[in-house]
Amino acid sequence: MIEALLKERILILDGAMGTMIQKESLEEADFRGERFKDHPCSLKGNNDLLSLTRPDLIKNIHRAYLEAGADIIETNTFSSTRVGMSDYQMEYLAYELNHVSAQIAVEVAKEISLKTPNKPRFVAGSIGPTNKTASMSPDVNDPGYRAIHFDELVDQYTEQVDGLLEGGVDLLLVETIFDTLNAKAALFAIESVKEKRKCSIPVMVSGTITDASGRTLSGQTVEAFRISLSHMSLLSIGFNCALGADQLLPYVKRLSNQSQSYISAHPNAGLPNAFGAYDQSPEEMKTLITSYLEQGVVNIIGGCCGTTPEHIKAIAELAQNYPPRTFKINLDEVS
Amino acid sequence: MKFPKRRPLQLSGLEPLVITESTNFVNIGERTNVTGSRKFLKLIQNEQFDEALEIAREQVLGGAQIIDINMDEGMIDGVKAMTTFLNLVAAEPDISRVPVMIDSSKWDIIEAGLKVVQGKCIVNSISLKEGKDNFIAQAKTIKKYGAAVIVMAFDEHGQADTLERRIEICKRSYELLVQQANFPPEDIIFDPNIFPVATGMDEHKKNALDFFKATQWIRENLPHASVSGGVSNVSFSFRGNNAVREAMHSSFLYHAIRHGMNMGIVNPTLLEVYDEVPKELMTYVEDVLLNRKEDATERLLDYAENLVSDSKSTKNKTDGWREYDLKGRINHALIKGIDKYIVEDVEEARLQFSRPIQVIEGPLMEGMNVVGDLFGEGKMFLPQVVKSARVMKKAVAYLQPFIEAEKTTGTRSSGKVLMATVKGDVHDIGKNIVSVVLACNNYEIVDLGVMVPPEVIIKRAVEEKVDVIGLSGLITPSLDEMVFVTQELARQKISIPVLIGGATTSKAHTAVKIASVTNSPVIHVNDASRAVGVVGNLLQSEKREPYVLKIREEYEAFKIKFLSRSTSKEYVSIDIARSQKLKLDWESFTPIKPKKLGFHTLEVTIETLVPYIDWSPFFRSWDLHGKYPELLSDTIIGTQAQNLFDDAQEMLKKITEEKWLKAKGRYGLFPVNADGDDIETYSDETRKNLSARWVTLRQQLKKTAGQPYRALADYIAPKEQGYTDYMGAFCVTTGFGVEERAKAFEKENDDYNSILLKALADRLAEAFAEYLHFKIRTDFWGYAPEETLSNEDLIKENYLGIRPAPGYPACPDHLEKNTIWELLQVEQTIGVTLTESLAMWPASSVSGYYFAHPEARYFGLGKIKNDQLASYAKRRNCSISDAKKWLRPNLAEE
Repeated sequence: MIEALLKERILILDGAMGTMIQKESLEEADFRGERFKDHPCSLKGNNDLLSLTRPDLIKNIHRAYLEAGADIIETNTFSSTRVGMSDYQMEYLAYELNHVSAQIAVEVAKEISLKTPNKPRFVAGSIGPTNKTASMSPDVNDPGYRAIHFDELVDQYTEQVDGLLEGGVDLLLVETIFDTLNAKAALFAIESVKEKRKCSIPVMVSGTITDASGRTLSGQTVEAFRISLSHMSLLSIGFNCALGADQLLPYVKRLSNQSQSYISAHPNAGLPNAFGAYDQSPEEMKTLITSYLEQGVVNIIGGCCGTTPEHIKAIAELAQNYPPRTFKINLDEVS
Repeated sequence: MKFPKRRPLQLSGLEPLVITESTNFVNIGERTNVTGSRKFLKLIQNEQFDEALEIAREQVLGGAQIIDINMDEGMIDGVKAMTTFLNLVAAEPDISRVPVMIDSSKWDIIEAGLKVVQGKCIVNSISLKEGKDNFIAQAKTIKKYGAAVIVMAFDEHGQADTLERRIEICKRSYELLVQQANFPPEDIIFDPNIFPVATGMDEHKKNALDFFKATQWIRENLPHASVSGGVSNVSFSFRGNNAVREAMHSSFLYHAIRHGMNMGIVNPTLLEVYDEVPKELMTYVEDVLLNRKEDATERLLDYAENLVSDSKSTKNKTDGWREYDLKGRINHALIKGIDKYIVEDVEEARLQFSRPIQVIEGPLMEGMNVVGDLFGEGKMFLPQVVKSARVMKKAVAYLQPFIEAEKTTGTRSSGKVLMATVKGDVHDIGKNIVSVVLACNNYEIVDLGVMVPPEVIIKRAVEEKVDVIGLSGLITPSLDEMVFVTQELARQKISIPVLIGGATTSKAHTAVKIASVTNSPVIHVNDASRAVGVVGNLLQSEKREPYVLKIREEYEAFKIKFLSRSTSKEYVSIDIARSQKLKLDWESFTPIKPKKLGFHTLEVTIETLVPYIDWSPFFRSWDLHGKYPELLSDTIIGTQAQNLFDDAQEMLKKITEEKWLKAKGRYGLFPVNADGDDIETYSDETRKNLSARWVTLRQQLKKTAGQPYRALADYIAPKEQGYTDYMGAFCVTTGFGVEERAKAFEKENDDYNSILLKALADRLAEAFAEYLHFKIRTDFWGYAPEETLSNEDLIKENYLGIRPAPGYPACPDHLEKNTIWELLQVEQTIGVTLTESLAMWPASSVSGYYFAHPEARYFGLGKIKNDQLASYAKRRNCSISDAKKWLRPNLAEE
């Protein structure tokens, strides 16, 4: 269904979850709720946990994005892996977090879909990069060392994907990829879960370009990144985070010129200022996104850090005036 | 030869390798193969991985577009060796930029390799040797890992050795892969077996020719597939005769490529340019390869025997940079991350400089600066820079003993520095460079690596008893982490100085966000070269205090400048600021009623005040920077400081004995309640009759969520709920008599004593304020009767409650002094007056308020918006233009 829609128009992905949560100025108690009131370590900042302790809040954020015009919302599961939860001694919650976060998002998406039958809404299970990198050593004196290994990542992601699928997500989004090997482990896990559950599900991937050199953190160029993930049939490939829309555009264009998949982009609201906050207004971001649309380089567009429903609304209103990107290359014609 | 169009074979290391029809033959490096290279085998067996990596690097620099890695040897743990070597390759960006070929006959080694390679690599190889089920299963797994595959022409019956068998097996393999394993046909690479020729056996005569023909058949009949092979096999019979081998390889490749082979494992050093092979030799070779003559083998053997083995010069072309001048070589080694020659280059440099440390400060730092610039410009990327840092480290390690030996005072470390990249961040180049540079300067480094959680940083800092903590980070969220770590340190009362560094860090952020959460020194170090100076200043006791003070002043000034530069959009409206004021828990707060409620005048002897003098600012006013009393024994300024101190003591003695100065003070303690941002003062406990109204100002500069917008009124219980509360105000002076006496000194051209007197009077006024505050806390008000603080604690403001002064950051409004003067009747009681511009006269006077709430903190108002200005004018009962005049430095909008 989503593929049919992608042929017709540009789909809108939601904006930042973390930015919206931050606006709530939540306290430790909000994160703990009743259930975790005696948890042994601080839980403040564990945004994914809010799906369990403050589902009302997460639903409201989903709803705000859907009402702003998002076709696709992301589950609140960016860090819902065992390794992601280990900072909070909550490894055991990984499956439940994914399951419940998916259910929450699906519930709100259905609610809004009923209101706007011509604009069905989709839920993408958000799969973050984890906080460890499988192809780089954290220790400069021991370059062969790895803080995490492929098999561990596959286990973690398998649990996450299982939870997300059980919760009813329509898509999976492997995002903010800074180390392609981590993403390959996620794709490996997705493939295995698909085989196990005998189901199929569209997969989106989105990398992040962190350096001025236009490479991923693990050193790959845009092209190498795309090729490294080309073994799976992907609904879309794109970039998100790290940069504002204007800095990200050249890399998205490069993907657009080469890829057989649909192209997504969800840039930050500009670059963070000296205090880590994002200043770009919806109008400013809209102006920058216009270049994407005029150049026809995206099929799915949304926002990352610093974006709000106002940003998404501005982008959604703008995008409806433009046709989606069309495929530039036919596999069999390349020679 | 024209082949059907094929889809490109797309591979990747850090960079892409897209093999299309128009791509020239792709050269696969073969030296990193334990079965093919004795040298490599030995290095792997001995775990000499650094040198093994050099072989890989040579291959890539020599033009290999893919590197084949093979660890199949009985005495080697193949899984471990493959994993380790590939992990090490990943850390060498000039090697890992190309795709790898994981070469093994053992499936577990292949899978181990697939688990550590981020790019799209090639598996070499799978085949139908163990049946189709196994073949399909392996292919499916390889696809899940995201790799292309080499398929050997091998099946259940053995290796294909004829054209027919080659075709049969390749066709079957292809169909199984595409139809049953759903393998992308463009990711299939056939190896139709290159076998030796000229073995003397008849059945081997057609080995090369059949390979060519099979290649052509594959390219014509199996769409999108590629063909590869290990070329050196063909010349196996001529081992030891490199001239023949090189010629044979050239010729074989020439023909194979024309038949459709598009990639292959070739040792480029054993390859002659086709056109440069002597014509006669080429004829003999091609007779063999193409099986053109019955006795081709014999003829070639005869010819080869007469040929002087004149292997072409194998001088390593890639080492041309070794001919650069010394500086150029060091630069090259740092930029390229090559550590092979760095020790000899550094030794050469060491001999040129008079001191070994100069090699670091000179050519090595210059090289690293180039690296830094290239990184900044996006011309180098992270892994390369990490590599450079390692070369740097090696160079420094070599120089270390020479630096040590140079020292006369033994090898004791000058201090211990903890270095960490904060949680959530993996960037550590800056951190490592700083570590290296500090280590060079004899500091002991405790490097905790990257992504270090705050609790680990603090725990280790305490355990290791470090002198300085260096926090590094490149990404934005790291800024918050740094604030958090610093806050935690402050909370746990650990006063180790913190250095902040990394690309997103800034002096602005450090001054405004980090330094402000602690009383300990926090210093932004924007480049490694500064680190040594900063740490040096921090760790040398005589320099520390003035340095820390200087930094604090600098940051304070910077902060004010920064905040004042802020634009209107970074402010919140006064309504929002008020709604998010500091909300203290008044319900459970019981104010302590002052023992001496009302207004009082007191006079004390100067002797009483002397112990309360904070001497450090006194010396500072003479440009002698240091902490009292340590600076008296400072090697450089000690004598001068001691002389000054002696003179001051002597004058103090005169001041007291001859009663030059009088210390007079006036204070009031009175019932108050907050009324919004105002504080109402009542004439008695009925709280009905208003005797004064204090107008406080509220912060409006936008804060991070959850942080309150403070005003002094927040420290006073609001009147609405009927709470009771108290505050105080004071004015003290030690200034009467100063002017006359100073003038007298000046008349005698004794400026020294004039300045000395003024400086002492100022100190005494401050001491009086300190003394009175102490008496207020412990006695007159008595809210902290148990307090026992040393003078040092007082200087550090470790007491409960605050005594902010009008005209200072929390209350920049000088007009409040009028209220103090009227309420306390200051002029009438102790004679201190206010000038037109509201300065106190005599100058050696201090005035302010007392707030007793334990949560009361000093803060800076920052700038306010016009909405608050209007509110202020109304409350102050003055015109907007008057209000503007007094508050101008604090207005965000003009």
